[in-house]
Amino acid sequence: MTKVFQAGSAESVTALDEVSLAIRDNEFFTLLGPSGCGKTTLLRLIAGFEQVTQGNILLFGDDVAGLPPHKRPINTVFQHYALFPHMTVAENVAFGLRMLRRDKAEIRRTVETMLTLVKMPELADRKSSQLSGGQQQRVALARALANHPRVLLLDEPLSALDLKLRQEMRLELKTLQRETGITFIFVTHDQEEALTMSDRIAVLQAGRIQQVGTPDTIYEQPANSFVANFMGETNLLPAVLGTAERDMISCLLEGGAEVLAQPVGNEAAGSRVTLSLRPERIVLSADPGTGLAGRITDRLYRGTDTSYRVKLEDGPELLVYEQNVADRSSGMSAGNSVGVLIAPGAARILVS
Amino acid sequence: MAEQRDAANQATWIDRFSGLPEARRSLILLSPAFALIGAFGLAPLCLILVYSFLVPGTYGGVVWEFSLDAYIQFLFERDIFDGTLAFNASYLQIGARSVILAGLAVVGCLLIGFPTAYFIATRPPGLRNVLIFLVTVPFWTNLLVRTFSMMLILRDQGPLNSILMDIGITGQPLSLLYTDFAIGLGLLYSFLPFMVLPIYASLERIDFRLVEAAYDLYANRWKVLQRILIPLSLPGIAGGCFLVFIPSLSSFLAPDLLGGGKHLMISNLIAQQFGTARNWPFGAAAAMILLSLVLIALMIYARQTARRERKVV
Ligand SMILES: Nc1ncnc2c1ncn2[C@@H]1O[C@H](COP(=O)(O)OP(=O)(O)OP(=O)(O)O)[C@@H](O)[C@H]1O
Ligand SMILES: [Mg+2]
Repeated sequence: MTKVFQAGSAESVTALDEVSLAIRDNEFFTLLGPSGCGKTTLLRLIAGFEQVTQGNILLFGDDVAGLPPHKRPINTVFQHYALFPHMTVAENVAFGLRMLRRDKAEIRRTVETMLTLVKMPELADRKSSQLSGGQQQRVALARALANHPRVLLLDEPLSALDLKLRQEMRLELKTLQRETGITFIFVTHDQEEALTMSDRIAVLQAGRIQQVGTPDTIYEQPANSFVANFMGETNLLPAVLGTAERDMISCLLEGGAEVLAQPVGNEAAGSRVTLSLRPERIVLSADPGTGLAGRITDRLYRGTDTSYRVKLEDGPELLVYEQNVADRSSGMSAGNSVGVLIAPGAARILVS
Repeated sequence: MAEQRDAANQATWIDRFSGLPEARRSLILLSPAFALIGAFGLAPLCLILVYSFLVPGTYGGVVWEFSLDAYIQFLFERDIFDGTLAFNASYLQIGARSVILAGLAVVGCLLIGFPTAYFIATRPPGLRNVLIFLVTVPFWTNLLVRTFSMMLILRDQGPLNSILMDIGITGQPLSLLYTDFAIGLGLLYSFLPFMVLPIYASLERIDFRLVEAAYDLYANRWKVLQRILIPLSLPGIAGGCFLVFIPSLSSFLAPDLLGGGKHLMISNLIAQQFGTARNWPFGAAAAMILLSLVLIALMIYARQTARRERKVV
């Protein structure tokens, strides 16, 4: 489908461009992309707040084009929470059920369960305007879940939380999704969040889907340089394809260094490609004689690991991460000559 | 030399002033305001209060003699011959008509004003300012002129009646002018902006993403209005009702011109007593009764606001 804001006018914005997605039942599906790529717009289309310019949205087989938001079995946890300020926490959570005209006793029971689930039963009678950001987020979650929708849309619900709470809520959300069996469509611009929580991820950029796949496919086999770069750190290296050797193909970097990669498609020898080489897949050796010759230009201690910048002889500069394991403090520092070992298959050829 | 001395003098004057304690300083700064309010607000009010307990002079004015007659006269009629008191509802009726007409004006203004304010608040910001500006356009013209034009519209030969006859709703002109209906319409027209503006102000502050959230939680349009928009704009609604009720209750022009002086409201009664009837104490008593009605309305409003504030905090 396609979504164009202010279509036809001079300042029309194509927020989504021929996006096509199939999300499975009971799936934790993540939309990942930089700010402004159209994630919120996609959610708003699914929820029914915006109408598609072209194409359609099917929900469990039915076209929902004409259905207003309140008639869709979908609930949303908004990027900005949107709790009703004139109601208490319990009233907020009960709102959807009241609108569905559920039985009073049932509503009371559900609200209780939901507030216990998000670990704030003692705050039921607080006004929602008197909550911290994290608490508001939990109430928003409880309010959406209370209706037991078939699809739950979550728009960057963790972005306002501090790191510790965010990590805790990631686990909770994941557990919740597994327990309730509700399809979650989760929006984030945090690649780590996407990798740890999702069953599948769709990477969006500028209104187009770049790749859809499981977290490890997206990370290990990025479809293009945008995905490779967006999903964590990577070295993007221009290279020229050489000859195939057994199941590997040799790629020549600038300066002549040779790297073996798994062939993708049927690129002819001599064609120019881009290689994605994850920094943690490169191993440094204190002995400059092993592997490719390089020189450390920069070293940064980062707690769990150390990051190095290594300049290959006549070649590109590489980013390398080395785990800080106790018995392997290599003691390499800027200026040292080192050997750079790149295992066959560590680099990945990007098609585009 | 002289200039320098002046400057020095000035400095000491200011220094002395700033040396005064905070309370004294504010008292000095506020004294012109106090004087003005005292002389032109409180003093006349006290005078009216005193007059309402005096005896009317034969050709207007008052005789300085204490009497409760003015207040008694509001409810009872003194027989000219034997001086006994008989219940007389006509003045009470005027009071009741005032309250009822003002109440109807509030209801009418609310029914028209809320949708109007909502419409304006949901337009794009640029257009909003234009529309709000248009709401205030009637204030540019004198109320008297506007009330006269209402008379012209409502006349038997006026445009309203000719339209009604043209489309065949009525064969003969309806006598719209000089009725309670005309007064109510006049009040509605005069004070509608006082309803629209405060409601607009509170609607405009509502985060309309909350409305989306309500739709997302299965609320239909009516529920959104009932559960989200009205509760959140309640301060504006209460303010608007109050701002319409007070001037409607004490309105003079609408009943005078549109009611043709036949259907009096309390202000017309007061004017009459100070004018043609030459019963100043009775006019003063009627004014005090109007004042107490207004104060009652104020108290209700203040109580409501306080309760709301308690609930929010
Ligand atoms: N109502 C609108 N009118 C015009 N353009 C819009 C409208 N809403 C969004 N856009 C544009 O559509 C594009 C996608 O916006 P969207 O809100 O979906 O981004 P997002 O991926 O959710 O970003 P973020 O991570 O910052 O929330 C942006 O370029 C935005 O400017
Ligand atoms: Mg967004």
